[in-house]
Amino acid sequence: MTDVDEELWSAVGDVSRLRILDLLVENGEVTASWLSGQVPISRQAVVKHLATLEHVRLISRRKQGREVLCRIDDARLEQAAQAMAARAAGWNRRLRAIKRLAEAIHADEQRASERS
Amino acid sequence: MAELLIADEIVVEAPIEVVWRVVTNPELMTGWFADVVDLVIEPGARGRLRFGDQGGPVVVEEVEPPSRFTFRWNHPEGSEPLAGNSMLVAFTLAAEGPERTRVRVVESGHELTAWPDAEKQRYADEHREGWAEFLARLAGVVLP
Repeated sequence: MTDVDEELWSAVGDVSRLRILDLLVENGEVTASWLSGQVPISRQAVVKHLATLEHVRLISRRKQGREVLCRIDDARLEQAAQAMAARAAGWNRRLRAIKRLAEAIHADEQRASERS
Repeated sequence: MAELLIADEIVVEAPIEVVWRVVTNPELMTGWFADVVDLVIEPGARGRLRFGDQGGPVVVEEVEPPSRFTFRWNHPEGSEPLAGNSMLVAFTLAAEGPERTRVRVVESGHELTAWPDAEKQRYADEHREGWAEFLARLAGVVLP
């Protein structure tokens, strides 16, 4: 649990930022103002989220005239998705271990109560 | 509502009391979770988990036998675990019969404070499978 990129985790651990990533994947390179029209939060909040996403390199931004254009870094997004998938796989493995343990204990206790 | 990162569940063919013991008894926790569980299972208790030569602090939040157990982890060493710097893990157990229990685990990050309630609900409903699957789908990654 200490080997994950904590900044990357906290960057994707937010519903607004995931929604922004979602929109960027769907629409390619878009402006910050277009993005703020798509989510139920203020333009300032969108700009803050974009800065967070850029900080962990999930997106890149460039200026064009008075507008800021943003786009996904595909390789980095895939890396983040793989890290999260590994974490999900960890919980799936633990749930299966809980099932095995609980069912074994239950079977043991049933045998013990049948003997007594 | 906490925002989901990971949600998963499993059906166990054992009574809820047995499953509760497995999930919350520190000794039994070493059978499915960490190599060393140095933790008292009561609300507010602080402890440590060790995984091989790695480990980290854990803080217990809710203990409601036999149905709910939550804890925070992945917060920086020496700091208070808060919604902004840690992950909340919630186990929910539900009896589906005398010898059948559904166990659900949800790992979540920050609270969705900035969103209107209706939007939160809609978005959470759309992504009930958890952000792991959502992000994987975005990136076109195939989950194991």
